[in-house]
Amino acid sequence: MIPELGQFALVLALLLAIAQGVLPIVGAWRGNGALMAVARPAAAGQAVFVFAAMGILIHAFLAYDFSVAYVADNSNLALPWYYRVTAVWGAHEGSMLLWVFILNVWTVALAALSRHLPQPFVARVLGVLGLIGVGFLAFILFTSNPFLRELPMPADGGDLNPVLQDPGMTFHPPVLYMGYVGFSVAFAFSIAALLGGELEQSWVRWARPWTNVSWAFLTMGIVAGSWWAYAELGWGGWWFWDPVENASFMPWLVGVALIHAQAVTEKRGSLPAWTVLLSLFAFSLSLLGTFLVRSGVLTSVHAFASDPRRGLYILGFLVVVIGGSLLLYAIRAPKVATGKAFAALSRETGIMVANLLFTTAAAMVLLGTLFPLIGDALNLGRVSVGPPYFGFLFVLLMAPAVLLLPFGPYLRWGKAEGRQLTAMALRSGIAAIVCTVAAVFFAEGRLRAIAGVAGAAWVAAGTLAYVVKRWREMPRGRRYPAEMAGMLVAHFGVALFLIGVMLSESLSTERDVRMAPGQAESVGGYQFRFDGVRETTGPNWRADEGVVTVFRDGTPMATMHPQKRTYSRGQVQTESAIDPGLFRDIYVALGEPMDSGDVEGAWALRLYHKPFVRWIWLGGLFMMAGGFLAAAERRFRAKKAAATAGAPAKEQLA
Amino acid sequence: MSRFVPLLGFVLLVALFGFGIWWNTGHDQHEIVSPLINKPAPAFSLPVLGDETQHVSKQQLLGKPYFLNVFGSWCIECVHEHPVLSEQVKNLGLPLVGFNYKDDPKDAAAWLTEHGNPFDRVIVDRDGRAGIDFGVYGAPETFLIDGKGVIRYKHVGPITPEVVEKEFRPALAALAKEGG
Repeated sequence: MIPELGQFALVLALLLAIAQGVLPIVGAWRGNGALMAVARPAAAGQAVFVFAAMGILIHAFLAYDFSVAYVADNSNLALPWYYRVTAVWGAHEGSMLLWVFILNVWTVALAALSRHLPQPFVARVLGVLGLIGVGFLAFILFTSNPFLRELPMPADGGDLNPVLQDPGMTFHPPVLYMGYVGFSVAFAFSIAALLGGELEQSWVRWARPWTNVSWAFLTMGIVAGSWWAYAELGWGGWWFWDPVENASFMPWLVGVALIHAQAVTEKRGSLPAWTVLLSLFAFSLSLLGTFLVRSGVLTSVHAFASDPRRGLYILGFLVVVIGGSLLLYAIRAPKVATGKAFAALSRETGIMVANLLFTTAAAMVLLGTLFPLIGDALNLGRVSVGPPYFGFLFVLLMAPAVLLLPFGPYLRWGKAEGRQLTAMALRSGIAAIVCTVAAVFFAEGRLRAIAGVAGAAWVAAGTLAYVVKRWREMPRGRRYPAEMAGMLVAHFGVALFLIGVMLSESLSTERDVRMAPGQAESVGGYQFRFDGVRETTGPNWRADEGVVTVFRDGTPMATMHPQKRTYSRGQVQTESAIDPGLFRDIYVALGEPMDSGDVEGAWALRLYHKPFVRWIWLGGLFMMAGGFLAAAERRFRAKKAAATAGAPAKEQLA
Repeated sequence: MSRFVPLLGFVLLVALFGFGIWWNTGHDQHEIVSPLINKPAPAFSLPVLGDETQHVSKQQLLGKPYFLNVFGSWCIECVHEHPVLSEQVKNLGLPLVGFNYKDDPKDAAAWLTEHGNPFDRVIVDRDGRAGIDFGVYGAPETFLIDGKGVIRYKHVGPITPEVVEKEFRPALAALAKEGG
């Protein structure tokens, strides 16, 4: 009975979403206050029913209700409770419910925190979010219902994909979706601005904190995903350029461009049409990512053939949302686009160049991801482009971005002076050269490591020099407003990230070895002694667990326990053992016994020494922190108060 | 007019996706997943993984039906299908030949050590030439080739337990009926 209530809740949510999507927009168009006032209660109502549906699905998992097909497919009696909760988003239907759930989290937050904005504007924004909700709720109800029954009820269920039974997976999807779906808010602001033909740019200021927060969540989600792939796939890699990863990376790249473009438009009134377009792109790419991942159009032909309705539905939805919004842009952009001109040497130009680099990079990733499909269409056979394509083009596009990055804060709005820039370039250049020379000695001629150190020193020195400059020149309390602090933290994160990527890629050592108990091998200056394999069990698996003792110069450093798990449904999954450190990770993965009958004997092992790999995620976390910090900017809140009083927003020259 | 450019770009994308859907449904594996079905498999002679001086040719494999599984260490979906390959497919009792596609043999060997090696032998198609002859779209893919060297069945994408039950078994049953 309870699962039917879940389905019923989704139907009610759909009806309320229709009300939320249609009435306030009509109201804003007709100037009808009563219709506009529907927006908030309808949004709240939709959220209540979506939250109820989510709760009911979680309950079904916790209560082992295997009469629900989705629960039976993705969990079983032996699965621990925390993985039964995360199994909710372990497959297609539940992921879609999570999508709508998070859309409602954002909508409710927006409804609650937008009381000071003009009513017609809020009505339009909530209306657009309602329409997006309609699309996804209908998709769930008609093609991907998680509450469908399976009768007769099986005594026990299948299993959650063992790859997903990892702590990283418990929070990676929700956080990633917070980012993905959060771009719907910036999207809704842009559509509302296009619909209303807002002549002044105040809407950009309202949209900025929301965009920054979504981008920060997306960053956190990608970092978590990358960390999970590193720890769980047992391959020592942290990024694979596979379509699912690319799907989250494209909105991230456009998001970088968007948060910078929004700053230009908000503060200077320049590039308004470009900012609108980027908000449309960011959310469109989120939807496109959902389409690519969920329709199976790229990864597996089979998943698609099993239910072509899903792919067709999403494609139709894309046409309506993206096509509709781009059409609206084409028609209405001239109304919004009254950008102010700026000099060739100015912060606006700098941001514009960075914007072009990042959007080109996103387009490059999109092209690479779609390449197999293009190959089919042009009858070239299924051509996949792998990491070499992405690696080469991405570095090519990002190298100038890294080169230009430290100049950013020194560039004045409107028209910059060349003198300060040369001074900055001189200082950072010297820092970079000194570090490079040091790196040459230490990296033994590995060019990528040296380039990484040079780039990171250049970015870090430029950023820190600006921190010092602000400290010297500005009075206390006005040195680092949140927005600027966020920018500096995020830019510093780029330097950390560069170190992590370049050093771990070029200095890592790995060995595949056959090891008998008692035998020792040496990798990257560490000695690994294999102490045999023992058997161990977990809640729903049993495993062969290797014991490896790691020594440095004869002193034991760590004991590592790589596992090879067999789950209750027979799936085998390796759990690599990682000894983390700020300057190096030691990573051990257990392979197969050399003689399959003799568990006591020799085993195949993979031993890695990965210097600085942790800095990759550390850099990502700095970028994330920068995003959150910038969103806390006082001005975003102060100006809203001014808008309530009906005072026209004055230009801010910070 | 430049403001219509994004819309035009999107129209092209939709055309591509529309094509993708049409192509995928039109190329259902029950119908024409490969024009090579029921045709003799292309001739090949490929080095064996681990001992590249040794070659395996189509002729050497004649006489008994076998599965040919296209995989690569770079292929994420292959990791997902691997347990099914090692258990359910292996239990069907046919020899399992690995077709290492567009891969560095060193990576492939390491990958098999890591995840387990269900294959009776693995042949290496490093540059993907033989893959073109077989009409490989990507990895993973699995061919069923009978004792006369004819491709009887092909599965595109990762194998799931359901695929084994609903497609591999019937295909094998058809093969057995014909033989008996």
